[in-house]
Amino acid sequence: MTVRVQEAPFDMGAEVAAFSAAQAGMGAIVTFSGIVRDLPGGGLEAMEIEHYPGMTESALEKIAEEARRRFELGDALVIHRHGRLAPGALIMMVATAAPHRAAAFAGAEFLMDYLKSRAPFWKREITAEGARWVEAREADEEALSRW
Amino acid sequence: MDVLYFAWVRERIGLPRERVESEAATVRDLVGELSAREERYALAFSDLEALRVAVDQELSDFDAPLAGVREVAFFPPMTGG
Repeated sequence: MTVRVQEAPFDMGAEVAAFSAAQAGMGAIVTFSGIVRDLPGGGLEAMEIEHYPGMTESALEKIAEEARRRFELGDALVIHRHGRLAPGALIMMVATAAPHRAAAFAGAEFLMDYLKSRAPFWKREITAEGARWVEAREADEEALSRW
Repeated sequence: MDVLYFAWVRERIGLPRERVESEAATVRDLVGELSAREERYALAFSDLEALRVAVDQELSDFDAPLAGVREVAFFPPMTGG
């Protein structure tokens, strides 16, 4: 299990290659990446991501450990950035490894559902008109009930 | 204890963290003490349904006891991913 919280960009291809190379005995790797979505019609200058240093890492580690236990994952990787990001920039990624694909897919979905509403990150959209905190969606909270 | 604020709670209160000397028994009591101090606290804490709380860096609730606690954080629902 690896969890990284960082301001710096990361190379998704290199991360997936390194993660995959370490999965002897696994047959399936699922990866997901989240990028900064522009506003409908454009106009987003940047996305600022605030977090709670210390708690962020421990919350992500707990979520990753729970995913490993539930889905019997061989390994999981979570990278999440903070700071000011441009539209289209990579915000985060998860990778899961399991013997077969069903567990790898389910583990990645579980990680994403929990990470969205249980890891202490807050997004703020910056436009020419000003800044606006992104509000949590009810659907994100409801997504947790299926687990 | 240290009290931390994030996102719009931080903006409304006007600082990211502060040291608070308090005998509050629960998070809810602490919120009451802070709200009684100044308008900006009362405003930030006016709707607890819109807030989340972490006690010693673990998600918790407003009825959580504060005995022996070192750090309490208030913030809106999280928007990671």
